Amino acid sequence: MIHKSIRGGIVGAAVTALFTLGSTSLASAEDWAPQKPIEMVIMAGQGGGADRLARLFQSIIQKENLASMPVLPVNKGGGSGAEALRYLSDNSGDDHKIMATLNSYYTTPLRNDIGVDIEEFTPIARMALDTFVLWVNADSDIQTMDDWVAAVKEAGGTWKMGGTGTGQEDSLVTAMLQDTFDIEITYVPFKGGGEVAKNLVGGHIDSTVNNPSEQMGFFQAGKSRPIAAFTPERLGAFPDVPTARELGHDIVYWMQRSFVGPKDMPAEAVAYYTEVFRQLSETEEWKTYTADKALMADFLTGDELQAYFLEEREKHAEILAAMEDEAS
Amino acid sequence: MEVLSLLADGFATSLSPLNLMIVLLGVTAGLFIGAMPGLGSVNGVAIVLPLTFIVPPSSAIILLAAIYYGAMYGGAVSSVLLGIPGASTAVATTFDGRPMAQKGEAGLALIAAATASFIGGTVSVVLFTLFAVPLADLALAFGPAEEFALVLLAFTTFVGLGGDDVLKTIIMICLGLVLSTVGLDLISGQPRLIFGDLPGFYAGISFLVLAIGVYGVGEVLHTIETSKSAPQVTPAKLTFSELAAGLKAMNRLWKTMSIGSFLGFFVGMLPAAGATPASLMAYGIARSTSKEPETFGKGNIEGVAAPETANNAASTGSLLPMLTLGIPGSPTTALLLGGMVMWGLMPGPMLFIEQPDFVWGLISSLYTANFAAVAINLALIPLFVWALRMPFTVLCALVLILCIVGGFAPSQKMHDVWLIAAFGFGGYLLRKADYPLAPLVLALVLGPLMEKSFRQTLIAEQGNVFAFVERPLSATFICIALLFFILPLLKHLRKVLRKDVSAPAE
Repeated sequence: MIHKSIRGGIVGAAVTALFTLGSTSLASAEDWAPQKPIEMVIMAGQGGGADRLARLFQSIIQKENLASMPVLPVNKGGGSGAEALRYLSDNSGDDHKIMATLNSYYTTPLRNDIGVDIEEFTPIARMALDTFVLWVNADSDIQTMDDWVAAVKEAGGTWKMGGTGTGQEDSLVTAMLQDTFDIEITYVPFKGGGEVAKNLVGGHIDSTVNNPSEQMGFFQAGKSRPIAAFTPERLGAFPDVPTARELGHDIVYWMQRSFVGPKDMPAEAVAYYTEVFRQLSETEEWKTYTADKALMADFLTGDELQAYFLEEREKHAEILAAMEDEAS
Repeated sequence: MEVLSLLADGFATSLSPLNLMIVLLGVTAGLFIGAMPGLGSVNGVAIVLPLTFIVPPSSAIILLAAIYYGAMYGGAVSSVLLGIPGASTAVATTFDGRPMAQKGEAGLALIAAATASFIGGTVSVVLFTLFAVPLADLALAFGPAEEFALVLLAFTTFVGLGGDDVLKTIIMICLGLVLSTVGLDLISGQPRLIFGDLPGFYAGISFLVLAIGVYGVGEVLHTIETSKSAPQVTPAKLTFSELAAGLKAMNRLWKTMSIGSFLGFFVGMLPAAGATPASLMAYGIARSTSKEPETFGKGNIEGVAAPETANNAASTGSLLPMLTLGIPGSPTTALLLGGMVMWGLMPGPMLFIEQPDFVWGLISSLYTANFAAVAINLALIPLFVWALRMPFTVLCALVLILCIVGGFAPSQKMHDVWLIAAFGFGGYLLRKADYPLAPLVLALVLGPLMEKSFRQTLIAEQGNVFAFVERPLSATFICIALLFFILPLLKHLRKVLRKDVSAPAE
């Protein structure tokens, strides 16, 4: 009780008071509408890429008046998102909680037994797929994937690849690279993609697999160089950068950015949120953002989304198993 | 000069009536948010962020920067009045600010904090204006090895000081380091010290929880015991003559404040460090260069001025990597960065070239925010001091409530409230046994940073320990760190030698 009343009292009251002036309710086709602020659980801490994107969604919803109640972002990033996953599974049937996911949605329950089965959650909408690109410092001689592989081989295991925490996306892509080219890489984990990008430009590490959004500023200033994209087709933002697949190496990896609800979320509520995100995906802001950041806006909902999640979970289980084999 | 004309253009933006009003509003809001323990600039900025769409981007960032600045000033208020640091950046302010309040000099301490913040903020904005772009390269030169050396330096400015029982200091540092390892390990991804499998520990122990526990709750328990009859907190009055005397007293502190300003700016500029190590280092340096170091921790005004100059200077400094490199140095600057992305601005090396209006509008607003913050803060000091006149029985309960709310609000987990209770009781016992609490808190703040950068360097350098001294920047820091460690030893040695020399002469 204390739990509820304090939250309601402090954050809720303040934010509701701030927002009621702007929320001239949106007349939605559905009969269900949220009765109190919607909690948007974020599977990561404040300030990271996932958090920034979730807050972008929040602000677009607010600005365009897509929801009749304010959206409150809540960070539950502990244990690579284990905290958020547990929280969602402890709140079955709650129709005022949604969660912004990333790939730790699969990997965290796979790596540690936290008593969560993501199959039980209610898929709402997939907003985008974030892409991965191989980067080197612009001062480096490396121009192509072949140059890169040769340089890594020559370094004999001392090649420094920077990335996010072990077991997270960057380390999975690195594992795939090691596997494909049969090379040895020293993987240096950093706290976030921004820090990884900075350490590449500062010359403290030799290459990264940053998301384009994390390197874009440095790329435009001519300080970093994209070598290859891990996407099926070339990215609009880097038309001259080949994909790994083009070069004959089948490495494709995505970071999904989606929303899910707790187990047994009422169908009317799911329909409401789906509609909110469908409208969001058509806003000018979102279109500009995805184009600028080389994000693939790929909207997907319902059963198709669930099938996608399960398929991805399968894939990640395989990659993780291969990584563990290598480590042992 | 080109910079000056750009700045003048910036002032044309920031001095418009709308923006001036926004600055005043933001600073006042920030001041109160910062003064609430547990609520800091992060919360203020996060709440206001989505609202900023109703004004143009340059006004929006001015509002956010004003809140950020105001909260930095406000953080000192609860440190001084209640002994609870409102944010990690204000920890060092409690060391001497709280004893000053207990001596009945709360007003003076707050004046010192406000003017020191103003000096620190202003000096660093000037540095920012002149050198923002070239300094970005320096921030880039900071890799894991340099980070480690810098954190080591921050530690030694504290350990090498002597004064307190050295053994007890080291024990407390070790305890703090152990607490700092709780949670998910970044390098291996494995959970550590989670006490069986308590999910609350996965996120680690937050600094705020420890500080609120040992300082807030611990202090209340301690005060209840020591002041059964007479209240410990002397109610302070504040008159204009005292204000004038306070400002005069600040005059003598120019050396401390200039060290604090430069140190704060440069440390704050480094993406990994930020305002907390900066303020702790400034405190350590002020104490070790002081002629009477034994008065520190007992209500020396220098001990308030030093960290407050540094943390404000650092908060400006940490805007630098955010704007020029697109890397936030703190959670708050991360939110500011998020805001800029929403407004369609791309922080990074190109921002200064492509969006000069925005950048210079922001920089010039830092000047106005600084003036507004110091004026509003000074005007409100009598109100803050007045709060201390509450009967002790009421104040005690109020502080405990603030502790609980402040611990719960950021994470919204009861787990943290229980931890605060445990730390409060533990802190009370440690205080009774005369253990210093500052090293404990310091170790928890700096420990994760130190461990992370140490391991990153060793991984990247294939386990070569000499990597730390092979790089010029980190070697320099490590040398200074050693010097700080040896200095008190030399001082002691000199004392002994002098005695030997003077003894036969008698």
